[in-house]
Amino acid sequence: MSSVPIDSNEHSPIDKLGEHVFDAVAEVGDIALFSASTLGWMFRKLPRWSTLVPNFYTIGVSSVPVVAITGTFIGMVLAVQAHSQFAAMGMETRLGSVINISLVKELGPVLAATMLAGRVGSSMAAELGTMRVTEQIDALSALGTNPVRYLVVPRFLACVMLIPLLTLMADFMGVIGGAVISTQVMGVDAFHYWLHSRRYVGSLDLFAGVFKSLFFGAAIALISCHRGFHSKAGAEGVGKAATEAFVFSFIAILFLDFCIGLVWNAVYYSIWPQNTGLL
Amino acid sequence: MNEGGTARGADRPIVALQGVSMRFRHQSVLRDINLTIPRGQTLCVIGESGCGKTVMLKLIIRLLKPTRGTVSFDGHDLAGLNEAELNRTRLRFGFLFQGAALFDSLTIFDNVAFGLREHSLYDEETLTKIVSDRIHEVGLPDGLEHKKPAELSGGQRKRVGLARALALDPEVMLYDEPTTGLDPIMTDVINELILQTQHTKKATGIVVTHEMKTVTKVADRVVMLYPLARLDPDESQIIYDGPAQGLEDHPDPRVRQFVRGEAGERLRELGQRR
Repeated sequence: MSSVPIDSNEHSPIDKLGEHVFDAVAEVGDIALFSASTLGWMFRKLPRWSTLVPNFYTIGVSSVPVVAITGTFIGMVLAVQAHSQFAAMGMETRLGSVINISLVKELGPVLAATMLAGRVGSSMAAELGTMRVTEQIDALSALGTNPVRYLVVPRFLACVMLIPLLTLMADFMGVIGGAVISTQVMGVDAFHYWLHSRRYVGSLDLFAGVFKSLFFGAAIALISCHRGFHSKAGAEGVGKAATEAFVFSFIAILFLDFCIGLVWNAVYYSIWPQNTGLL
Repeated sequence: MNEGGTARGADRPIVALQGVSMRFRHQSVLRDINLTIPRGQTLCVIGESGCGKTVMLKLIIRLLKPTRGTVSFDGHDLAGLNEAELNRTRLRFGFLFQGAALFDSLTIFDNVAFGLREHSLYDEETLTKIVSDRIHEVGLPDGLEHKKPAELSGGQRKRVGLARALALDPEVMLYDEPTTGLDPIMTDVINELILQTQHTKKATGIVVTHEMKTVTKVADRVVMLYPLARLDPDESQIIYDGPAQGLEDHPDPRVRQFVRGEAGERLRELGQRR
């Protein structure tokens, strides 16, 4: 019997840097393949209704209260913060346009997506991470079922299809919250408040917000499921996957918001060059 | 390996590993494994923790891809199969995972029925009968079908896992430490169920275990793997391949040490490594 030393773990800083770069590139490639596989399965074989419905309920219906509450408060906070500035200029009645345009174009979609990433994204990563470490994902494969089709596609569909509705809910509650504080507490004239709102907030603004939310929903589902699928073993590994799911989703939401804003403005200016940008 | 003859020649190994190596980043786990498993044989794979037994099991059903070498099932290299073919091939395997790996969100009935439902193999009535039969075969009481896995004991979960694996009438059953964490009586129950599967279903069995009682009871053949970190570079990782009867008095002290469960110099070596 003889022994040889175990692989040495001593690496130079250059080795470690190279390893980190390699890992980062591999991670980007992996998430791209994961996304491609998810999209591919949507066109090949959709999951059963019995798999879809619980995901739609958990992701959509269960998120309504938290999105509605945060949406309302954002509208109310906007009214409180903006009122003194507008009152100083004697433009209180313009509050409606500022609050509502902010809500439907930016705060509603971003806030709904952030709440979805926090409430649903982390939970999806933790659930799938637990399935990974308890070999349930391997068990799916062993039973001849593709885990991406069975676990990721229903979550992806639920996020993408329901986030526009959650965004509209956040918009609506924010608009109501802002209007109640402005007209009932701050004493802004309701007629002019709504008049300016209607003049400056168009259906295209509303559409822009809802359109963006589709990308946010897709990013949340793909990032969260990917983190869950690649969770490390143990409670620490699953916890880390859940945290990463939220952090990476949030960064993706802001990045996509910026990119879509640029593209949307470019398209808008090319169609209506005389108008100001939308996003 | 006999590649000629009928499509499912009885003399052709049902599973064959040729020059299989597996490496995870900086750690080699398996090196140049050559192993053929004839149809109908029950093979026990033993060895210390971390020597690559579970990895070998996962390579056989292609839950992992080997770094080098080929894994064949019924004469077909698994690497050459597309996803649909691979999924169809996997249906010819049953896999009892170490922790049973039952789906938490599904009831026991739905767990056992999972493979049958996913592949739409039967109508609901036939499916219900098959699931009921399998649940009874593994000795689970009535009324358990509508419970969730979290409500079951470890032994019950293992038996549900076995029922789920058997539901698709597999040709090869893979058992990953089937008796780990169970009391001696439940250990023997599982051993009996492995024997029952071997005799009634005529399924080939590959059992990864540390439990020598399981080995002596169910094995037609035993293969012992040794951790690569403790081997010379030119030494074979399979240090024993033969019947269970030959283990106790084998000339290799490493085999005897494992079978007798003696720490020997290991504690001192582990201390030095720390």
